[in-house]
Amino acid sequence: MNTQAASTTLDRAASDAPGLAHLVAAAEVGAPEPDDEIPLYAPRRKIYPQSTHGLFRRIKWAVLIVTLGIYYLLPFVRWDRGPNAPSQAVLIDFPSRRFYFFFIEIWPQEVYYLTGLLILAAIGLFLMNAIAGRVWCGYLCPQTVWTDLFFAVERLVEGDRREHMQRDARKWTVQTWARKGLKHFIWLMIAWWTGGAWVLYFADAPTLVRDLATGQASIVAYAWIGILTFTTYALAGHMREQVCLYMCPWPRIQAALTDEYALNVTYRYDRGEPRCSVKKAEQLRAHGEPAGDCVDCLQCVHVCPTGVDIRQGASLGCIQCGLCIDACDNIMAKLGRPTRLIAYDTDINVKLRIEGKPSIYRLVRMRTILYAAIIALAGSVMIYTLATRGSEGISVIHDRNPMYVQLKDGTLRNGYTIRIVNKQLKYRDFLINVDGLPSTLVEFVGLPPRADGSQQLVSVGPDQTKEVRVVVTDYSTTPPAPSASILFRLTDINSGDVAEMRDHFFGPGGE
Amino acid sequence: MADETKHIDAITGTATTGHEWDGLRELNTPLPRWWLWLFYVTIIWAVGYWVVYPAWPLITSSTQGVIGWHSRAAVETDIADLKATRGPMVGKLAAASVAEIIADPQLLDFARAQGRVAFADNCAPCHGAGGGGAKGYPNLNDDDWLWGGKLADIENTVRHGARSGDDKAHQGNMPPFAGVLKPNEISAVADFARSLSGLPAEQGADLALGKKVFAENCAACHGPEGKGNRELGAPNLTDKIWLYGPSKETIMQGILNGRGGVMPAWQGRIDESTIKALVVYVWTFGGGEK
Repeated sequence: MNTQAASTTLDRAASDAPGLAHLVAAAEVGAPEPDDEIPLYAPRRKIYPQSTHGLFRRIKWAVLIVTLGIYYLLPFVRWDRGPNAPSQAVLIDFPSRRFYFFFIEIWPQEVYYLTGLLILAAIGLFLMNAIAGRVWCGYLCPQTVWTDLFFAVERLVEGDRREHMQRDARKWTVQTWARKGLKHFIWLMIAWWTGGAWVLYFADAPTLVRDLATGQASIVAYAWIGILTFTTYALAGHMREQVCLYMCPWPRIQAALTDEYALNVTYRYDRGEPRCSVKKAEQLRAHGEPAGDCVDCLQCVHVCPTGVDIRQGASLGCIQCGLCIDACDNIMAKLGRPTRLIAYDTDINVKLRIEGKPSIYRLVRMRTILYAAIIALAGSVMIYTLATRGSEGISVIHDRNPMYVQLKDGTLRNGYTIRIVNKQLKYRDFLINVDGLPSTLVEFVGLPPRADGSQQLVSVGPDQTKEVRVVVTDYSTTPPAPSASILFRLTDINSGDVAEMRDHFFGPGGE
Repeated sequence: MADETKHIDAITGTATTGHEWDGLRELNTPLPRWWLWLFYVTIIWAVGYWVVYPAWPLITSSTQGVIGWHSRAAVETDIADLKATRGPMVGKLAAASVAEIIADPQLLDFARAQGRVAFADNCAPCHGAGGGGAKGYPNLNDDDWLWGGKLADIENTVRHGARSGDDKAHQGNMPPFAGVLKPNEISAVADFARSLSGLPAEQGADLALGKKVFAENCAACHGPEGKGNRELGAPNLTDKIWLYGPSKETIMQGILNGRGGVMPAWQGRIDESTIKALVVYVWTFGGGEK
């Protein structure tokens, strides 16, 4: 996408086109101009993003407060499941191998719901991308959200862009050191709280908080807090845009998935060029000559958290957070020019306007329809299976060796291991029937025999499974088929809920 | 061929590394310098491993590392942890009789789980992974038992074996009749033995001679009706189960050369709880006698 989008930008004025090199250099912040001694390693150039205000800044604050609020507080939300289960709304219980999400409980063998979630997440990402580019990168990605929070702390302690740059450039005083120390302390506190919140998803939160505070939590909990404190501090405080530029695969994948109708944060060069100062523009306009709205104030560059110049077109470094739109709008408003010189738009529309044609917006197109359909389909399947899944189950494993046993009198016997699943949080009594063969003796190893040989009552504990060995002997007088179908039926004697599993009864030649 | 003058790519405006292959040039996109530093950090990290863990081979041993970690010790710790976890149940198992184990659902589950593993380790080479048996090695799933199929019988066989040399082992074997019986007598008694379980006799088989030979030579152990004798491990010849196979050749081989398969004694080789777990596991294959 880089090459395409960039070259469409460059088509317009090939004479003064700086070439893609500028875009790439802009994306790789700090890459020096090529010279005879071409370096193999690019030094890091520190970015001092300036604060701004406007619609997109407000959206980003709202997303930050909501997402971080959920992350930090969700483990403390309670959900009453009765005496046999934890009362935490969202809990990943590794020792018991259960995942709790409000009214949903997932067992390890139901991990395919995770597959469904991943499909929804991936296609959701694709749909966002098809509609408005890197919405994920700009507003929702944890790297963006935490970095944004860390930038806010930095500006609060060390001052906004200009003040911060000046102070860094001067000889460092005690006060400079104190400010830096305070900033890193606050960063570490946030990072520590981030790691602390993480472990609360894996154990009862209030208990764990008390154990952590009194030094009685497991070493694993402290280790994870340490690891996540370090990663949060390093990634949000120090790595910042480098994560997006060099570490993250999504900008590369995104470039392959986008198309020409996806809205992107776009510099509308049809309006902006030729750039000139405010006075020059007024003079030009007075003479009826073309003058662009861009006054080259560099506000769009100064607010950018990754240090790109949006006016050079879409690039890998642009996370499309919309802050340059806010910055430019503020300038345009002051100059009395129309806002949205930078806006969510497409390069196609910029070209169309240059040719005097109306803009085209195609949010509904094959790509978005398909993505939405896949999301609807996967979501419906998930909801349907979740809503209709039984709270009991039976699985049957036929003996592998031997497949069948011939007894002294020549009759045949097959052995099965059955596992009964009780997903309810109470004891349940199940009746097991074995059907399919005309005359059989069904024995349940270790359970007292019943008068009716083919039925057995089994009690299974709350949220547990029980394994029972079943031996089936065929007493029919006719020669047995090499393989006959046999049905195991599980019936809850109180609720009448039924689960069934089909298997085979083997004889000579059936294996 | 390397081009010594650094070339600026016309389309992208990016400098190239000077490498050129058939007109293709490699663009120079510099790596961030911190990436290089990370590489150095991993090298330092590796040096840390040499110091902390056993690393460098010496002539007869190796450097031991400053924290004294050893993979063998780690395994032993894991095994000790596992034993501590299982301890209470293993103790219960060792203290209970096999009959008590069968009666207690919790102990039964535990014994079967332990038995499954112990069976695979110790018994499966001869008796098969599921106790299905093989020629000369009894199928443990059926209802035909050479030395008895009650819990106590199975326990006895597991502990002391058969013809194992153990003092309490099952004794008695099938003696060779070569030189004792004439070839036509062996053929006749083989035909007779097959007829006991309803297998068809060969054309011209002398069943009358076979019956006479059987009564004089075989009935002592196998019983006058051929129903066997568990005291001596003499198989029941009237059922459909043949340890070495039902063909006449196989039976004649047995009569000529005798049979004496060995089951080793396990007492002393595996611990008490494992023996009981194995007995319970085998009994619950489905053939166990009440």
